[in-house]
Amino acid sequence: MSWWLPPAASTFAGPIDGLFLAILIITGIALVVVEVGLVTFVVRYRARPGRKAFYTHGSTRAEVIWTAIPAVTMVALGLVSNHYWVIMKSKNSVPANAYHVGVHAKQFEWRTTYPGADGQLGTGDDFTVRNQLHIPVGQPIAVELTSEDVIHSFFVPEFRVKQDAVPGMHITAWFQATKTGEYEIGCAELCGMGHYKMRARVFVHTPEEFNAWMAGAQQAAGGSE
Amino acid sequence: MKGRLFGLVGGVFLLTVCSKGATPRPANESDASTPPAAATDESSTTQQGGGATITGRIKFTGTAPRNRPIDMSEEAACKAKYTTNPPAEETVVTGPANALANVFVYIREGLPASAKYPAPATPVVLDQDGCRYKPHVLGIMVGQGLEIRNSDPVLHNIKAVAKKNRPFNVSQPTAGMKTTRTFSAPEVMVNLECNVHGWMTAFVGVRPDPFYAVTGPDGSFTINGLPPGTYTIEAWHERFGTQTATVTVTGTESKTANFTFAAR
Amino acid sequence: MTTVAHAPPQAHDAPMSFWRKYIFSTDHKIIGIQFLFVSLFFLFVGGLLAMQIRWQVGFPGKPMPGGGILPESMVVNGVILPEYYIQLVTMHGTFMVFFAIMPLLVGVYANFLIPLKIGTHDMAFPRINMWSFWLALLAGLIMTAGFFVPEGTSRAGWTMYTPLSARPDLSGATVGQMLWCVSIVVLGLSSVMGSVNYITTIINHRAPGMTWFRMPLSVWALFITAILAVLALPVLQGAAIMLLFDQTLGTHFFDPVAGGQALLWQHLFWFFGHPEVYILILPAMGMVSDIIANGSRKPIFGYHSMVFAIVGIAFLGWLVWGHHMFMSGMNPTLGSTFMVSTLLIAVPSAIKVFNWLGTMWRGNLRFHVPMLNAVAFVSMFTIGGLSGIFMAATPVDIPIHDTYFIVAHLHYVLFGGSLFALFAAIPFWYPKMFGRMMDERLGKIHFWLTFVTYNLVFFPMHVIGMGGQMRRLYDPTVYDFLKPQQPLNEFITISAFALFAVQFIFMFNFLWSLKKGKKAPQNPWDDNGLEWSLPNPAPHGNWERVPNVYRGPYEFSAPEAGSSDFLPQHVKLSTDKEPAGRLER
Repeated sequence: MSWWLPPAASTFAGPIDGLFLAILIITGIALVVVEVGLVTFVVRYRARPGRKAFYTHGSTRAEVIWTAIPAVTMVALGLVSNHYWVIMKSKNSVPANAYHVGVHAKQFEWRTTYPGADGQLGTGDDFTVRNQLHIPVGQPIAVELTSEDVIHSFFVPEFRVKQDAVPGMHITAWFQATKTGEYEIGCAELCGMGHYKMRARVFVHTPEEFNAWMAGAQQAAGGSE
Repeated sequence: MKGRLFGLVGGVFLLTVCSKGATPRPANESDASTPPAAATDESSTTQQGGGATITGRIKFTGTAPRNRPIDMSEEAACKAKYTTNPPAEETVVTGPANALANVFVYIREGLPASAKYPAPATPVVLDQDGCRYKPHVLGIMVGQGLEIRNSDPVLHNIKAVAKKNRPFNVSQPTAGMKTTRTFSAPEVMVNLECNVHGWMTAFVGVRPDPFYAVTGPDGSFTINGLPPGTYTIEAWHERFGTQTATVTVTGTESKTANFTFAAR
Repeated sequence: MTTVAHAPPQAHDAPMSFWRKYIFSTDHKIIGIQFLFVSLFFLFVGGLLAMQIRWQVGFPGKPMPGGGILPESMVVNGVILPEYYIQLVTMHGTFMVFFAIMPLLVGVYANFLIPLKIGTHDMAFPRINMWSFWLALLAGLIMTAGFFVPEGTSRAGWTMYTPLSARPDLSGATVGQMLWCVSIVVLGLSSVMGSVNYITTIINHRAPGMTWFRMPLSVWALFITAILAVLALPVLQGAAIMLLFDQTLGTHFFDPVAGGQALLWQHLFWFFGHPEVYILILPAMGMVSDIIANGSRKPIFGYHSMVFAIVGIAFLGWLVWGHHMFMSGMNPTLGSTFMVSTLLIAVPSAIKVFNWLGTMWRGNLRFHVPMLNAVAFVSMFTIGGLSGIFMAATPVDIPIHDTYFIVAHLHYVLFGGSLFALFAAIPFWYPKMFGRMMDERLGKIHFWLTFVTYNLVFFPMHVIGMGGQMRRLYDPTVYDFLKPQQPLNEFITISAFALFAVQFIFMFNFLWSLKKGKKAPQNPWDDNGLEWSLPNPAPHGNWERVPNVYRGPYEFSAPEAGSSDFLPQHVKLSTDKEPAGRLER
């Protein structure tokens, strides 16, 4: 098993994993400082007969130092984080060339709707597939998330994408896959007794493969009506 | 203060008792091969029963819509059960010569209001096999056990959508599980659905009497053991709706009532 | 101001029936002890539920040992059903938060400690105080009743997200969902009654000389906590009533199908819920401060900044609720705002940790059982606090939101934090409650075994969460990417069973010491608090005449104390002046 984040397969993974590592280093240093200090004090200042503790009510200078360092670190961390947050989640951040796919969550399935030949969602040639999301690699994908009944959460670990699907809301989440292959979509919000079975697969194709799949799927969908 | 405390304890006790009543233990599990709608055989033993029989054949006109194929590729354990024919929906199941299967036929009116029919001890079995309900349409008597089985090694939940009966929603995560439920009021139909597999639906006709049947692939049905009288019988199909007919029977005579649905 | 609390002191000499004295008592100490027994019981129930959760996650689909005694609506052939599993996760959270940790910290110690530590005879409103306990018990019984109704108890997670919780057709539970709401409304009433009492008592009934900045940090923390509770619980009550209306009267506050708003619940719940998080940790911080100063034989380092840090955490606690909703579809710009306020809360938290370290620095550390647990609190709370930063940074939150990483984080704060603080506080004030000491050797065995097994349970959850395992999954092996982690899940489960088993040592020690524990000397920990000027256990009404207070609570190793290394708050030295404003009451 992996002792790290899942393999990276989207453009978000770089900054997120980098930030994760940075926070791990910062918090790691803080943790070592505190725990080493604690263990040192525990060993060094354990009670010995005849000794008396050093009587002090504190030191303003020390307190200013250990107030200022976390404060500055946190503000810096906030600024860096917000930069990437805006890129990933802001309402205006979805690239103009994104390929839009509808994902409708219901107890306990993911229904993906493709725009069909005209490339537009919400037209007659749309078709819907159950529990399979097919996308081309290297192109921004905008997932139009809706929910039928309760709150679900669209989660693809390798893409570092997570977005709740809320009934009554239309939420667009975007990402860009960088590696072809097969991944899993999980539901990350408790949605009922079948929550754990709400699993779907993502197939990241090369553009040629994607077009071939699209042609076949369109035919299969069109033929059945 | 003391009284209040005792009242509280009593309330909790009462809730405990209620819960026992509402989670029925499986009834008789000995007879697993009881066919659905076999209740007709038992009616002859009841006091109100008679010797008359109504038979019929159900057909449709026009072109039946094609049943859409079901893509089970995300549920490998179920997909593996279909080696020859790929699974398709069962909305309209037909037989030779335009016979229409899965039609629920029952006596809607005409039985004496005072008549009481005891529910048979053997349960009706509903199997979940290959991510399908078997059977797709079934009849059951009020108070009779519905034994729901899971023959698939995957999670199914069984959600009953009902208006006159108390809805339920239970799950069976592993193969071999059995749950028995009963219905308390007549209702045509109670819908069953599985939310993990959106294509899975079944329809349960709940009747206070044993005079009902579901048509097989040949479109035929038989309701026997009827007391003499004039009856309104109704045929229900999930896609084509309902039709009624009035039939009068006396003694041990046998009458025919055929129905023809227009495909749409 | 002639209330029962200030009745002439002979009240505590009058003989009282068993019922008046121990059951329908208005004595703050008895009420605290009642809360202690009831909430320890719910702590045990919560643990029992956790064991079943762990069995299922570690060994999904395998028959659970002893599962046969449960009815078929919960367990079939020994296998936990998914609908029972989500009831388990819902009720584990609910019981632990509302009926174990919160009453243990606030119900027990606010009741027991406030009058003793500020020097008064009882709470300002003793009868309201009694009602607060009985309502809490009633709420607990209503919540427990959920398991015995048809379809079982609530199934929507302890956060009760709508519309799952509002629609029985979607959750599969009807009565159980309603009982949750009713119970929470009753509990909120109990909590508000308790809190107004604590606030009033602290403001009005401090002993002469007990100025604000001579109050022990435990009292400060309980005071601020009470303010949080009195403001936060009504929000939850209101939301629960709206939810109950959705379930019963056909309103649609939270159901979008008829024009409601699904996210409204989350805003209301977390507007309560985040202050609630601090309700669950501030009293722990306060009591740990008292115990660390005692164990270090040193004044607390930076007393004033410790007070301001409590106030700061409490204030910022109102501004961060949105960090529970980063992935909820809430406007991402709001996410930026909540990220900043959340990161800022790290600052007062850091002050507290470093000041505890400063307190231990150059101390003369006595490692009695309370001190061991208090040091473990500092160590574990630090991990819990630091892991929070990962989730506060919004981009990093994306992959770990709603995974086991958050489960690890919250257990490091609530178990590593609050529960270790309680394992420190219970033996520390046990002699004051029962007149006997808990066994020191058993206490140390319990501490070490708990410390080790606890870390074996919860630390690997960070890894599982980084790997992407979502919360509340009945069977993680359904996902291919989670299958390789299953051995670690099994390891966590086995460790969790060990952790649970170890708690029987504590249970035994607690119960055994009631009758067989060593008789406690008057001041077993050489502490400065006013409570130790009383005999053990303290009599009804506490003091005949409340003591004067001459100094702050942490004058350990003060030079004026001479050869002694502590100087109680009520001891008058020749240089001390009588406090002003003494009223004979």
